Amino acid sequence: MKKDLLSIDDLSADEIYRVLDTAEAMREIGERPIKKVPTLRGKTVVNLFYEPSTRTRTSFEIAEKRLSADTLNIAVQASSVQKGETLADTAMNIEAMSPDMIVIRHSSSGACNLLSRICKSRIINAGDGLHEHPTQALLDAFTIKQHKPSIEGLKVAIVGDLLHSRVLRSNVLLLTKLGAHVFVSGPPTLVPRGIEQLGVTVATVDDAVRDADVVMMLRIQQERMQGAFFPSLREYYNLFGMTTERVSRAKPDVIIMHPGPMNRGVEIASEVADGPYSVILEQVANGVAVRMAVLYLLAGGVENEAAA
Amino acid sequence: MKRLLKGGRVVDPANGRDGVFDILIDGDRIAKVGVNLQAEEGTVVVSMPSGLVITPGLIDMHVHLREPGQEHKETVATGVLSAVTGGFTAVACMPNTSPVNDNAGVTQFILKKAADANLARVYPIGAVSIGQKGDQMAELGELKEAGCVAVTDDGHPVRTALLMRRALEYTRMFDMPVIEHCEDPTLKGDGVAHEGMVASKLGLRGIPGEAESIMAQRDIALAEMTGGRVHIAHMSARQTLDAVRYGKSRGANVTCEVAPHHFILTDALLAAPVPYDTNTKMNPPLREAADRDAMLQGIVDGSVDVIATDHAPHHYDEKHVEFDRAPFGITGLETCVPLCLDRLVHSGLISFSRLIELLSVNPARILRLPGGSITEGAPADLTILAPDLHVKVEAKAMKSKSKNTPFDGWELRGGVAATIVGGRTVYNNAAVNLAI
Amino acid sequence: MAVVLDADRIGRTLTRIAHEILERTRGVEELAFVGIQRRGVPLARRLATLVSGISGTEVPVGALDITLYRDDLMRHSIGAQPVVGHTNIKFSIDDKRILLVDDVLYTGRTIRAALDALLEFGRPQSIQLVVLVDRGHRELPIKADYVGKNLPTSLSQSVQVHLLEIDGQDQVEIQE
Repeated sequence: MKKDLLSIDDLSADEIYRVLDTAEAMREIGERPIKKVPTLRGKTVVNLFYEPSTRTRTSFEIAEKRLSADTLNIAVQASSVQKGETLADTAMNIEAMSPDMIVIRHSSSGACNLLSRICKSRIINAGDGLHEHPTQALLDAFTIKQHKPSIEGLKVAIVGDLLHSRVLRSNVLLLTKLGAHVFVSGPPTLVPRGIEQLGVTVATVDDAVRDADVVMMLRIQQERMQGAFFPSLREYYNLFGMTTERVSRAKPDVIIMHPGPMNRGVEIASEVADGPYSVILEQVANGVAVRMAVLYLLAGGVENEAAA
Repeated sequence: MKRLLKGGRVVDPANGRDGVFDILIDGDRIAKVGVNLQAEEGTVVVSMPSGLVITPGLIDMHVHLREPGQEHKETVATGVLSAVTGGFTAVACMPNTSPVNDNAGVTQFILKKAADANLARVYPIGAVSIGQKGDQMAELGELKEAGCVAVTDDGHPVRTALLMRRALEYTRMFDMPVIEHCEDPTLKGDGVAHEGMVASKLGLRGIPGEAESIMAQRDIALAEMTGGRVHIAHMSARQTLDAVRYGKSRGANVTCEVAPHHFILTDALLAAPVPYDTNTKMNPPLREAADRDAMLQGIVDGSVDVIATDHAPHHYDEKHVEFDRAPFGITGLETCVPLCLDRLVHSGLISFSRLIELLSVNPARILRLPGGSITEGAPADLTILAPDLHVKVEAKAMKSKSKNTPFDGWELRGGVAATIVGGRTVYNNAAVNLAI
Repeated sequence: MAVVLDADRIGRTLTRIAHEILERTRGVEELAFVGIQRRGVPLARRLATLVSGISGTEVPVGALDITLYRDDLMRHSIGAQPVVGHTNIKFSIDDKRILLVDDVLYTGRTIRAALDALLEFGRPQSIQLVVLVDRGHRELPIKADYVGKNLPTSLSQSVQVHLLEIDGQDQVEIQE
């Protein structure tokens, strides 16, 4: 495997399966009385979060601690960015303390790539701008595999603000790599140009959901109304919201997913979010196991870079 | 002091020349151009080795010299040194300095700095509006008198159609073109890359080609309406070129320029080999292959009038940040000639004559400058090209203060042997070692 | 390549071990088998079935993967991390007499890791070690309580254990 996990493109299909298999083993650790293994003992992992995020950061932190790593959380306030310390300087300062791994979340696409050029530590992308969120796609795939025999050949519908979603990009790369048929849907104002070239079909929400095995909802942000992407949340819900009625057109054993946090009544109806097809809470639970797998697989030996 | 350049190949399309000619320079003027000229007593004779090409001095009509106000990026002195190293005998510099060049004071300051440096000629371009804010027209007459050769609000389009109309009408008095940075600000939004598959994949906000072409259409229509002259700066989108062709066909007074990066590179460079390399970030952005190919086509078929670099130096620290935060722009003065020779002439797309039209004849004509030809009595501004010189682009070694270029490490065929301004050799490439 | 135990011998060896265990243990109710991944697991299951059969009492079996406890994990200079297998211990190990089962006892490091792993699950009354083959060359002070066959080997040799459940046949070989 490559030194860093910046994008799903860094993983081959085989490597993705390896992560999922390892995550299965990691999941069991969470069921033990002592939820800890000594694997990353003595390793230092820095969580460098430029964007506030309770869910992802907690998930990584628990994963790191379960592997006995020493974790260090740096929550960069917007003000210190304004005070002028560049990402490059922060990175070099952290690097000077020789962490083994850095988990970074940042609001600029490509921030993790910049970090990777500066730091020798292994870099894990926990979300960079609009670009990617690889561990989310991996835990989504893990969740799907718990309910479906295989990802290959599945019809997956992804609905929502495609333009601004890093979860979309990572999921599209992963699902197409593993042979799923991905249909994406959203208001035309929120469909990224050229997205069909990534191997997905752009469809109406009804065409996307019809006979789907998996329906994945993406968050809609209030701010998008300011950008004139759509006129109101109410209209969005009417045209694209995942209601029980819409879901009924999917396969009878469909699973409903959402990376969270959810806007109930905007992209998804409460009955659906809490309903029998929803696996949204499982996604959260699986996040720890998948992140443990990624940390373990990336941690490797000291001389790995030279050999790779 | 008289110098006779003997037996060199001279490409001078304005005078219909492409062949072996002798050039006699007397002081700062061209004294005579002919065949088998005899050298008088006291004339220094330079036997031109074969393989070199003598052309009228190259003129870059789109350069940011950053002085006054941003001297950490570049100064007039370092800028003109970079220019002559790149083979340019003259540059026209943009007014988006700090303070903006919207008055005679700043214009004179720039001209004084250029005179002190005494290398390439500097022709300032003034602002259309005060502070380039797009509200009130600057005193264009004063700017012209102080030495400006054109006006622009470059960095932005002229903010309103009304102001653009007025500027086009008003500049008719001075026979100055309005140079326009074509961009609809609302369509550009907070975009940082060309809106297309690459930006979508990399999660970068996009700037569609139409943001440029829609504004170009506005300006060309206004030029046709007013009879004024508009020059489209740094054209990048195929739709803009279509608009230019249409405007020209209708008799509008429109000219256009393309920078080398827009006819060589595409947005694929943002993804690989170095993803999010900020040296691929400029405005207008690198676009898709269809746009790049359209620019090449325009260069070949004559729709494109000028090649200008949009030399935009930025300090390393400013570029060594996340892609979103980096300023737009790359340097261009020292990479232009090798790129043009390698990618346009040696590739067989255009002739030397056409290249000189793009790099000298047309810029001189559009800005009404002395230059663009090798004519008796005219200033002795010459560029001596070494078309077969092997050039390896080395950002570290560049004379510009800034090293922000995506071409670092490129190996190209073609370079500059020497640059002569007003009869004086201001640059002599040690790799060619011409005794000039 | 030499076959040191064929299917028949393996079967009889396991039966002998099962009887030995019962002979030395007072209370069957407190026994539990834990097999070390990979081949310790089917061996543990077979032993559990044998012991349950002889004693008439059901003895629980679990599977333990020790990859994450290895002491050589982060020292690899080349190559990917070792594959992590499944751990499945569905019963409480508190106060149990655990019989840890592996196919080959060699340096003892695997058993050391297994002890660390197992003790995270609870506090057993005792842990004893059952191995099919002991090939010597211990690097840690580890001893098996029940041995199928003592097999002195040189360091250049390797011992291959094949089991029906994983490899399609029962056989133990030595290779140079």
